[in-house]
Amino acid sequence: MTRKDDMNDSIKPMIEIRDVIKKFGTFTALHGITADIREGEFFSLLGPSGCGKTTLLRAIAGFEPPTSGTVAIAGKDMAGIPANRRPTNMVFQSYAIFPHLNVEENVGYGLKTRKMPKAEIAREVAEVLSLVDMKNYGKRKAHELSGGQRQRVALARALVMRPKVILLDEPLSALDKKLRDQMQMELRSLQRSIGITFILVTHDQEEALIMSDRIAVMFDGQIEQLDTPEGLYRHPVNKRVASFIGVMNFLPARVTALSDTHLTLGIAALGEAQVPRDRLGKDVNPDKIDTIGVRPEMLTVLFDQDERSQNKVKGEVVDTEYYGDMTYYEVRLPGHDKPLTISMRNTAGRSVVAPGSTVSVGWGIESIVVFGE
Amino acid sequence: MAWHFDREAGQGLKLISPTLLYVLVMLAAPLLMVITFSFWTQDYLTIDTTPTFANYREAWTTPLYQVLMWRSLKISVIVTGVTVVLAFPIAYYLSFHVKKRKALWLFLITVPFWTSYLLRVFLWKVILGYNGVFNTAFLELGLIQEPLTFILYNLNAVVITLAHAWAPFAILPIFVALEKIDRSLLEAATDLGDSPMRRFFRITLPLAMPGIVAATLIVLIPTVGDFITPRLVGGTDGLMISNMIQIQFGKANNAPLGAALAVSSMVVIGLISAGIFLVGKKLGGRVR
Repeated sequence: MTRKDDMNDSIKPMIEIRDVIKKFGTFTALHGITADIREGEFFSLLGPSGCGKTTLLRAIAGFEPPTSGTVAIAGKDMAGIPANRRPTNMVFQSYAIFPHLNVEENVGYGLKTRKMPKAEIAREVAEVLSLVDMKNYGKRKAHELSGGQRQRVALARALVMRPKVILLDEPLSALDKKLRDQMQMELRSLQRSIGITFILVTHDQEEALIMSDRIAVMFDGQIEQLDTPEGLYRHPVNKRVASFIGVMNFLPARVTALSDTHLTLGIAALGEAQVPRDRLGKDVNPDKIDTIGVRPEMLTVLFDQDERSQNKVKGEVVDTEYYGDMTYYEVRLPGHDKPLTISMRNTAGRSVVAPGSTVSVGWGIESIVVFGE
Repeated sequence: MAWHFDREAGQGLKLISPTLLYVLVMLAAPLLMVITFSFWTQDYLTIDTTPTFANYREAWTTPLYQVLMWRSLKISVIVTGVTVVLAFPIAYYLSFHVKKRKALWLFLITVPFWTSYLLRVFLWKVILGYNGVFNTAFLELGLIQEPLTFILYNLNAVVITLAHAWAPFAILPIFVALEKIDRSLLEAATDLGDSPMRRFFRITLPLAMPGIVAATLIVLIPTVGDFITPRLVGGTDGLMISNMIQIQFGKANNAPLGAALAVSSMVVIGLISAGIFLVGKKLGGRVR
C-alpha cells in the first residue's frame, strides 16, 4: 500500500495503530486501520467527510474507544486508558475555549488539574502565550477573541501540557482563506521547532500537502494510501486518490502489447505510448489497466508550432481560466469528449490563447500515471 | 437612516402595544393602587387619605408580622433549595443522557399541570395525612410504629407540597442552560486531564449557573407569596405572610395595612432577588 514507508525505519513509531475497527451500531466507521505514526512528524489524516478520519483521531485521543484493534502511544497500549490520562492533547474544530474563563485560565486549565503551583502555572502560561503570539491577550475572554486568536489559544492550551502528541481536528476550517494560509505556515514552523508529533485531520488536500510530512488518505473507513505529499501527488495508487489530491485528467487506456520490460498503451485522444513496467504501481495488474491519469502541469499548450515535445496532439481550446500567474486551459482533443485541464505559467511573451483556437498539446510519457480497475 | 429607525421602532411599539396595554391595566394599575393604599389609613368603615407611614411602622415593628415574614422567607428558601437540588439531576439526565424523544420527556414533566393546583394540594393532604397513603403504607410495611404527625399541618408539609408544585419550573431553565453547553467544552476538559467529577464542578456547573439562578428566582419569588398551600396543609405553624395579607384585606378589614405588608414583602423579595442575580452572575461568569 505504501511506497516510501521504508525510508525512515530507524525512527521509532510514536503511535502504533493496529487493525482498529470502530462500529457505531450497524455502521462501521473504521474497517481495520493499521498505521505507524513516527515521533516528531507532522502526520495528516485526509479524506472527504464521513471517511472516518475524525473517528480515528478520536480513537487515538480516547474519546471513541475502538470496537477492536489496538492503539499504542509511545509503546504503551492505550486500551482502557481514558482520554484524561492519555499523553495526547487535542485542538478542537470549534476550539472549545471555555467561555467563563479568560485566556490565561483557559491555557492554565490542564496544569491546574495537575496541581502545579500557581507561580509555575503563570510562568508556563506566559511562555506558551508568547510562543503563539498571544501574550497581550491573557485577560480576554473567549468572546473577545477573533477566530484566529481562538485558534492560537486552543493550540497554546494543548502545547502547555507538553503532550507526546497533539491532535488537531480540522483546526483551520473556520478561518478565512488568508488567515488560513498564514496559520498553515505558522503551525508547520511551530511543529518543526518544538518537535512534538502532530496529527492533523483535514478534508483540504492542499492544506495536507503543504503541512504534512506524511499523509494517510482515507475513504470509507480505510486508509487508501499512506505516503509523503510528493509520493501521493506523483504516484497515487488509484483513481480515487488521484482525483482527491490535486487535479487529474483521466483518459481511457488499454494495453495493446506487452514485453518483459515495457507495455504499450493505447490511450484515448493521445495515441500510443510505451511505458516501462517498473513505472507501474505494485498493485497494478497489466491485464486490468483501463485508465491513465495526467496532471494539468504535465501537459503543455504549444504556442509555437516549432516548440518541441515528446508527443503532440491537436486540440481546441474550449475555455480558459486566468489566475494571473497561471492560466488553466480546457482543451478538447479529438476522440475524447471531456476536455483536458492544462495549466500553463504565464511567462513573459506568452499571451492567453482565446477559446475556439486550435492548439497543439504536448505531453511526455514520464507524466503518465497508470491505473487498473 | 433616522427615518428608517423611527419606522422600525414604531412598528415594534405597535407589535407590543396590546401586551403593553394589558400589562399597564392588569399589573401596573393594581400595583399603584396597592402602593397608594399603603400610605392611607383605615378609619373603621372609611378610609383616611392623609399620607402616612403608620402602616409601614406597624408592618415592620409588630412581632407577629416579623415572625410571619421570616417564616415565609424561611419556607421559600427551603422550598427553593429543595426544588433546585432535586430539579438539577432531572434536568442533567434529560440533557445529557436522554438521546431520543427529548420532547416526550419534557412533555411528561408537564403532566402535573394537567390537574388544577388546588386538587394537587388536596392530594398531598391525602398522601401526608394521619391516615394517609404515606402513613398507612409505612405502618403496613412495619417501618414505623405509629403514624407520623410531623408531615402534615406544619412547615414540612408546606415545603413538600410547594417543592413538588414548582419542580417543573425549576427543571426547565436548568435544562435549557445545560442544553446550551457546547459538548466539545466537556471533551476539552477531559482532554486536559479532568476526571468527570472535576469537570462537572469546573465546567458544567459554572456554565449551568444562569439556569440555576433563573430556577432559583422563578421558585423563590412566587413561593414567598403563596397562600393556598400554607392555608390547606400548613396548619397554624405553617402560616405565611400572604395569609396575613389576605386576612387584612378580608376579615380584618384593614386594606391599608395589608397593602403595606404586601409592599414590604415585595421590597424584601426584590432585594433578595437582586442579590441572588448578582451573586449568580459573578459565580457563573458571562456565558456566550
